[in-house]
Amino acid sequence: MIETINLCKSFGDLQVLKDVSFSINKKEIISVIGPSGSGKSTLLRCLIDLEKPTSGTILIEGLPIAEEINGKQKFIKESVIQKRCRKLGMVFQNFNLYPHKTSLENIIEAPLIVAKIDKKSAIQLGEELLHRVGLEDKRDVYPAYLSGGQKQRVAIARALAMRPDVMLFDEPTSALDPELIGEVLTVIKELAHEHMTMLIVTHEMSFAREVSDSIIFMDHGRILEKTSPDKMYSNPDHPRIKTFLDKMIFKTD
Amino acid sequence: MDYFLQSAGYILKGCTITLKLFFLTIIFSLPLGFAGAMAKTSKVKILIYLMEAYTSIVRGTPLLLQIFFVYYGLPIIFPGFRLQRFNAALLTFILNYGAYFVEIFRGGIQSIDKGQYEASKVLGMSYFQTMRRIILPQTIKRVLPPIANEAITLVKDTALVVVLGIGEILRNSKEIVSRDFTISPFIIAALLYLVLNYGVVLFFKSLEKRYSVYD
Ligand SMILES: Nc1ncnc2c1ncn2[C@@H]1O[C@H](COP(=O)(O)OP(=O)(O)OP(=O)(O)O)[C@@H](O)[C@H]1O
Ligand SMILES: [Mg+2]
Repeated sequence: MIETINLCKSFGDLQVLKDVSFSINKKEIISVIGPSGSGKSTLLRCLIDLEKPTSGTILIEGLPIAEEINGKQKFIKESVIQKRCRKLGMVFQNFNLYPHKTSLENIIEAPLIVAKIDKKSAIQLGEELLHRVGLEDKRDVYPAYLSGGQKQRVAIARALAMRPDVMLFDEPTSALDPELIGEVLTVIKELAHEHMTMLIVTHEMSFAREVSDSIIFMDHGRILEKTSPDKMYSNPDHPRIKTFLDKMIFKTD
Repeated sequence: MDYFLQSAGYILKGCTITLKLFFLTIIFSLPLGFAGAMAKTSKVKILIYLMEAYTSIVRGTPLLLQIFFVYYGLPIIFPGFRLQRFNAALLTFILNYGAYFVEIFRGGIQSIDKGQYEASKVLGMSYFQTMRRIILPQTIKRVLPPIANEAITLVKDTALVVVLGIGEILRNSKEIVSRDFTISPFIIAALLYLVLNYGVVLFFKSLEKRYSVYD
């Protein structure tokens, strides 16, 4: 569904992604873990065109949104990139809900003005999605009156409303109070049961282990290891990963 | 009492000019400020520089000087180009308040979190759709209080056109004061300005209330 080849991204002199190559297949769920500043967010943001890669290739369902041929970046029209990125949905750490719109309005905004479906089907779709994330009673409530967990569930519903083929999550629970993390993870787990293709940046180690088909460990802008959850958590190839995980698990328990 | 009513009537006549100047200025300078803010927050360098020059010159010089410049100065630069007194005053006020509104709208637009743009982008919205549906509705709410402040200042600034001899509230009251050697016309004028500003305050309060539903 998504493939990157030698993806590089620099901010000025700072190289944030260094030759990142990986792919995610249909129905696959991959978690991305690693220390702060290792480039996890930047990787996700490049995939959905919130950042322009410095070099390398990104394919979405086989079609490039960035392409390197013989060491040169090929020009791709913005409108084409945007169309290809519509296959992806994204959920942010701090929700980014529209404060001036109710839960329902947040969800149906893009279906109405981007997908241009009629208002009646949009509302029906919105209500279905609210039901799916367990918030049908918050239909007409503004984000300011929702808890963090509820906000993130609305944000997930909003992303799903555009019927993406792949969902990208950037630390969806990091801004939440501990007691609210569970409700968001439950929604993501349900998506996993429905075989949604997902790429999830997270610090929730037991969750990652439970839902993922494989886990990517990023360090200093590189993929240090990509392997099965069991191997990642029991005996990763790199001692550095073990140190990191020991620290994480100690911290979260 | 009769005398009082008579003076009040004369001053009230000046009030129509004041109101006309006020409303016409608001009606034209708000869209001007909005357009200027869109230009200033765009990515077009030349527009940004033009707007920067416009707002710094206008905001950095006295309004009174600007009135003199438009009324007395322009005909010297462009012989034959002489505006009527009221039109010269109106043009100056629109350009002057437009510049302040550019800055208010620009501040409002730039105060919106960049996450709002990112969320809209990943949902597939264009820049235009994002501005119209997401950014501007939130901006309006934030700029209402500073715009209300400007409107109140504008009510008071209209008195400046007295220097062109336009018969608005202040000039008419001053006329009676010098004729009859009494200060009551000044008190009437003060009351009028207070009433006008009270109206402005009430109007903006009700607008702010309408936009406060979401937090
Ligand atoms: N827009 C930007 N401009 C400059 N530097 C940036 C920008 N975005 C990210 N960086 C830098 O790139 C590096 C990687 O950032 P990134 O956000 O991808 O890390 P991360 O792995 O997501 O970290 P965290 O776990 O803290 O979210 C960091 O050093 C960060 O400071
Ligand atoms: Mg991050």
